[in-house]
Amino acid sequence: MIPTEYYIFLGSGLFTIGVIGVLTRRNVLIILMSIELILNAVNINLVALSQYFRSVDGQVFAIFVITDAAAEAAVGLGLIIAFFRNKETVNADEIDLLKW
Amino acid sequence: MLELITFAVLSAVILVSAILVITRRNAVHSVMWLIVALFGVGGIYLLQHAEFLFAVQIILYVGGIMVLFLFVVMLVNLDVAVKQARFARHWQVALLTAVLLVAQLGYALYNHGQGLNLPGHPLVSAPAGNTQAVGMALYQNYMLPVEIASLLLLVAMVGAVIMAKRKLE
Repeated sequence: MIPTEYYIFLGSGLFTIGVIGVLTRRNVLIILMSIELILNAVNINLVALSQYFRSVDGQVFAIFVITDAAAEAAVGLGLIIAFFRNKETVNADEIDLLKW
Repeated sequence: MLELITFAVLSAVILVSAILVITRRNAVHSVMWLIVALFGVGGIYLLQHAEFLFAVQIILYVGGIMVLFLFVVMLVNLDVAVKQARFARHWQVALLTAVLLVAQLGYALYNHGQGLNLPGHPLVSAPAGNTQAVGMALYQNYMLPVEIASLLLLVAMVGAVIMAKRKLE
């Protein structure tokens, strides 16, 4: 039996890697992938605690998180395609159309 | 003991491939490593007897979302991006923020010197029939949230089509 703490340590490690990716990378696609990493870290925690409390509520919540990830990926990638069509770049620091 | 070894191997796979995701220069390589990481997370679900979630992870994440990612990576041109700088100019500030986050998480997890201090009972055995239990919860207690989630997916689908299509004539 693996202690629940180990799962939470794994989740926080994965979360941190995802946050570093979101903050440091320039490519918007890789920023979106880092967000997927963050959502997976959250899911690991939800499933671990759901097993700990012997209730499926956490797993149901994880399913909602996955639904959300699918919606976010679809809209985000649509935005990237629309932006790439206008400016021919996918770098986050060159997205400055709203800057005055 | 075998469980612990499996957990250690899966964690190593997840963390290493996650680090590779955020450091590769080529976005296609990042997608491939992200797929490895997602398989590892699926293994973690299996280790916790969440079989239904494992199936959802493989079918929906690896089979759906990652294929979508791969399509978009192929659509935007990579040749320019591969030669450019990988990290944003403010990466020192970002790294400092990340170090602060790690410190905060570590402090929170080891606050009392006895780990997380989880209350109550340790798990003796996994409940049988995971898929049935999750299905019952989804369609009985969580009926309204399921409907709202389906509405969210509909909105996202329409939004993605409108975003990605060419200009209205």
